[in-house]
Amino acid sequence: MTNKVKVTNLHKSFGKLDVLKGVDMEIKEGEVVTVIGPSGSGKSTLLRCLNRLEESTSGEIIVDGYLISDKHTDINKVRENIGMVFQQFNLFPHLTVKKNIMMAPVDRKKMTKAEAEAKALELLKRVGLEDKADVYPRQLSGGQQQRVAIARALAMEPDIMLFDEPTSALDPEMVGEVLAVMKELAEGGMTMVVVTHEMGFAKEVAHRVIFMADGCIVEEGTPEEVFENPKEERTKDFLRCVR
Amino acid sequence: MSFFEVAVQVWPMLMKGLVVTVEVTVLSLAIAAVLGMTSCLMGMSAIKPVSWLSKFYVWIIRGTPFIVQLFIIYFGIPQFLSQMGFDIRFTSFQAAAATLALNAGAYMSEIFRGGVQAVDKGQMEAARSLGLPKSRSMVKIILPQALRISIPALGNQCIITLKDSSLAQTIALAEIVYMGKIFVGRTMQSFYTYLLIGVVYLVIITVLQVILARIERRMDHDK
Repeated sequence: MTNKVKVTNLHKSFGKLDVLKGVDMEIKEGEVVTVIGPSGSGKSTLLRCLNRLEESTSGEIIVDGYLISDKHTDINKVRENIGMVFQQFNLFPHLTVKKNIMMAPVDRKKMTKAEAEAKALELLKRVGLEDKADVYPRQLSGGQQQRVAIARALAMEPDIMLFDEPTSALDPEMVGEVLAVMKELAEGGMTMVVVTHEMGFAKEVAHRVIFMADGCIVEEGTPEEVFENPKEERTKDFLRCVR
Repeated sequence: MSFFEVAVQVWPMLMKGLVVTVEVTVLSLAIAAVLGMTSCLMGMSAIKPVSWLSKFYVWIIRGTPFIVQLFIIYFGIPQFLSQMGFDIRFTSFQAAAATLALNAGAYMSEIFRGGVQAVDKGQMEAARSLGLPKSRSMVKIILPQALRISIPALGNQCIITLKDSSLAQTIALAEIVYMGKIFVGRTMQSFYTYLLIGVVYLVIITVLQVILARIERRMDHDK
């Protein structure tokens, strides 16, 4: 299988604060990788570097064959193939659910209006919200909003999806519905990088778990390896705390 | 004279003046909206001299009284140009409209800037993540939300500009206060005349507020 993501010696600092201190990471096509770790470990920053929402300070990032860390790369073109789902959903409040999903495919001229609408309705059906096409985001629960956000990202037909703590802002009873959509996506063969605190999801769905602390990858492996037999002391400490 | 007698006599003059007041206000607000949006976008430009130009404009307008700006445009500039050998004069309507537009434009620039800043920064990130360039994200996602946030302050600016137009009576613009002044000069009926003018303003501004409240409600579809 080919590499979808290749990160080499990535450093990122905000002023004097070094958030990422030399991260190496490879993700293969169709792989589902969860990134776990204490807050402040740099896992969200790592994810945000992958579509250049954060500029890397040094190092090399290749996604989909594009050199993201190169300032001359047409980042807008690359981003069309990288879906992103945020902790705070970030749906567009002035657009209906359907128009939220249609906006980018139409604006980037991937689809005509009619095609985009058909696609939006199909995606809404897939995330179980076909009856919500014409309502505004604020009329939806958090779980519903996040499912729309996933549908919005999928409308661009990306071949990799990034999830930045997608369930952290949700009420506990809504976490399941979002994870179910993500699980279905994973089973469909989507390449996914998921920063999460949901150990259950990491165990059940991920092919690989990456544990980060202090801006470095401390340990990685299959869910069994990392959760049942952590080698590093810091991993053990962290897993003791979240259990 | 009783209030009724004054009102009957002065009414036709006041209505003529009111037409001018409304004309100069509407025209200058339309120009100000364009000026304000342009200045706001320039102010956010990454190209430093462009953003400086916007800041300079807002600084000058906010830092000087309206009446000084009006006098510079109506009296000052033509006098300066005549020294340079050009004979260019503005009508009082042109000078008033230009000054009101420049003035309101500067304030609107700040109002729009505040609106853009009040939009959650996750909105820009979401739009950019979908592959939209910065300018498209601005047009499709940020500005529509910023505009809605700006509406109460824009409404306020419309009211201020409407009232400020009365200062153009100092350059003999035949707006409503100027017409009232002429009538008072003839009849000495200052109390009832100015009272009536005050009531006319109050009625118009009340109507304006009702319309604005309606627009605000209509744009709140997501709540």
